[in-house]
Amino acid sequence: MKILVLLRMVPDVVEELEVAADGASLDRGFLRLIVNERDENALEQALILKERHQGTVVAVAPEAPEVDDVLYTALARGADRTVKVTGLEEGLGSRALASVLAAALSGIEGLLPADLILTGCQAIDDLDGLVGPMVAEQLGMPYVGIVTGVDVDAATGVARCSREYPGGVRGSFELDLPAVVGIQGAEKPPRYVPIAKVRAAMASGRIESIPAVAGAEASLLDVIEMRKPVVAERAEMIEGDPDEIAARICEILVGRGLL
Amino acid sequence: MATATVLETPDLTLDGLLAAPEGRPLLSCIQCGICAGTCPYGDVMRNTPRRLIGMLREGFIEEVIASDDLLSCVTCYACWAKCPRGLHLTDVLLPLVKEQVLLRLPQVPAELQSALSNTLRYGNPMGESPRKRAAWVDGAGVPVPILKDLGRPVDVLWIVECYAAYYPRGQDNARATARVLAALGVDFAILGTEEKCAGECARLVGEKGLFDTLREQNMATFRKYEFASLLTSDPHAFDAFRYLYPSLGLDRPVDHTTPFLAARLDALRPRLTRKLGYRVTYHDSCVLGRHNHMHDEPRRILEALPGVSLVEMTHNRDNTICCGGGGGGMWLDTYYKAKGYPRLSDRRVEEAAATGADVLAVSCPYEVPRFEDSLKVLGYDDRMVVRDVMELLAEALAD
Repeated sequence: MKILVLLRMVPDVVEELEVAADGASLDRGFLRLIVNERDENALEQALILKERHQGTVVAVAPEAPEVDDVLYTALARGADRTVKVTGLEEGLGSRALASVLAAALSGIEGLLPADLILTGCQAIDDLDGLVGPMVAEQLGMPYVGIVTGVDVDAATGVARCSREYPGGVRGSFELDLPAVVGIQGAEKPPRYVPIAKVRAAMASGRIESIPAVAGAEASLLDVIEMRKPVVAERAEMIEGDPDEIAARICEILVGRGLL
Repeated sequence: MATATVLETPDLTLDGLLAAPEGRPLLSCIQCGICAGTCPYGDVMRNTPRRLIGMLREGFIEEVIASDDLLSCVTCYACWAKCPRGLHLTDVLLPLVKEQVLLRLPQVPAELQSALSNTLRYGNPMGESPRKRAAWVDGAGVPVPILKDLGRPVDVLWIVECYAAYYPRGQDNARATARVLAALGVDFAILGTEEKCAGECARLVGEKGLFDTLREQNMATFRKYEFASLLTSDPHAFDAFRYLYPSLGLDRPVDHTTPFLAARLDALRPRLTRKLGYRVTYHDSCVLGRHNHMHDEPRRILEALPGVSLVEMTHNRDNTICCGGGGGGMWLDTYYKAKGYPRLSDRRVEEAAATGADVLAVSCPYEVPRFEDSLKVLGYDDRMVVRDVMELLAEALAD
């Protein structure tokens, strides 16, 4: 079984984000990138499936600052091959990125055919979770997203996925392979890999850098303006004994037409 | 008395352990069990240190690695201090085996995993922004020069370390230290955003690769600047700089803030005029106290403070009780709780409260959150507070 995992770097919000001078993008001066958390879970799920059913895991990531560390860590965790797609322009929208990724998967030797493509179901710069389904669409594969459990039945050629719905409802899906699955969380948290193993992976230097193939689709969105939320001072601290506080809360709710 | 010596250990396979100079002393273990009796988790570990040594030298190496008993070691140096054969369990043998334990764990406990990943990425276990490492300087009330901005050599390069730089109550320690250093007219500077964790806990929890990475990064930073000596607020960093960084070329004297200022008490004494009115009991940290035998220095400072009376806990000096935070213990509380282990800081705080003191004084920034939590959990927070010796010293300084 071959599993491809799509990883990508997103802004690390541990650092405060600043808007660049153009007023429409993030200031990259101090920006650090970190692997998308859900993509990291997709890698973990792929490694779990590899341990369960044998096979190979290939991690594919667009070139970005610090992505090499992520790919070496993927190797140290158990990925068999890592591919860095180079020469992409910065700030691609979800549609254009999905198109480039789909073209890369089709164009890079030895990636397709694959049994399963796993990726994060969303990212902080793709909250709608469009990249996964758009990749699936362009590759002509089925897609299920927001998945928290996936297993593969090699004999029948299907993947069984489960996802959560509001109200504690769970849904189970069966997809014909090959398929794209958007992972919300792996069965267990991403494994820790000791730095000595990452350093050993770095010494081996097994990241393949492969130029991007032009995607078929362009971004349909232009960012006109980007700004930080305005901090408003509208909090009202309600003081008094519990009865007085309750009365005041009711008054506010009634006054705003909420009760 | 055992001396504080940390040996550099070569990378070893466990098969080679007994053949290596560092591992050979295992054969001199007389299986007396003092280590098991003195180990703060000896009564709850499945295999005590005594038994682990016995297993190793009888060839049950896989069993030792497969068990997670070594994760119970909070590197308190109690076994090292009491071993009649002088075996370096805490600082040499256990880390060597622990690395293998960590490598084989099916799942590294989540908090530890997060602390180690954060330390690699951000240079601190909390996962705070490296750019905010010197944010505590605002509010220090005295100039705290950044070495890069200063553009000249300094006498003292002060490594503030993670918990004093980021943790809010640790920042009180950092600000107090800055005030005292300024009052003494010490020519000092900090690294600011260039500072990273020294990595001692990473090594002792078994993450030698992370320690090696941090040590290389920190040494590269040190080489950029000229300074006569190194000072740190963290006993764990003190140990790392004193015993483990010299092998990579650190050749400057290293001190911890408590002994550094105890040695300058005569110059400070005329300025210590504010009467505090505290009954203080001092907790000897495992690393500064038991490992480096710096028991008198903090007490000399406390005794010099006007209006401070010092009372001792039952277990003091080399017999101190560990706070449970060393060797990765800071990030294993949930793991220990799940195993039903007692919280060591609770045990210590019970003893501190029994003295009737109203201040529990410490010299290690790990102890402030640990003991403050325990005071709240045990319901003693209305009668006792935790203060670093630096905070008390700064408080006694006249404006």
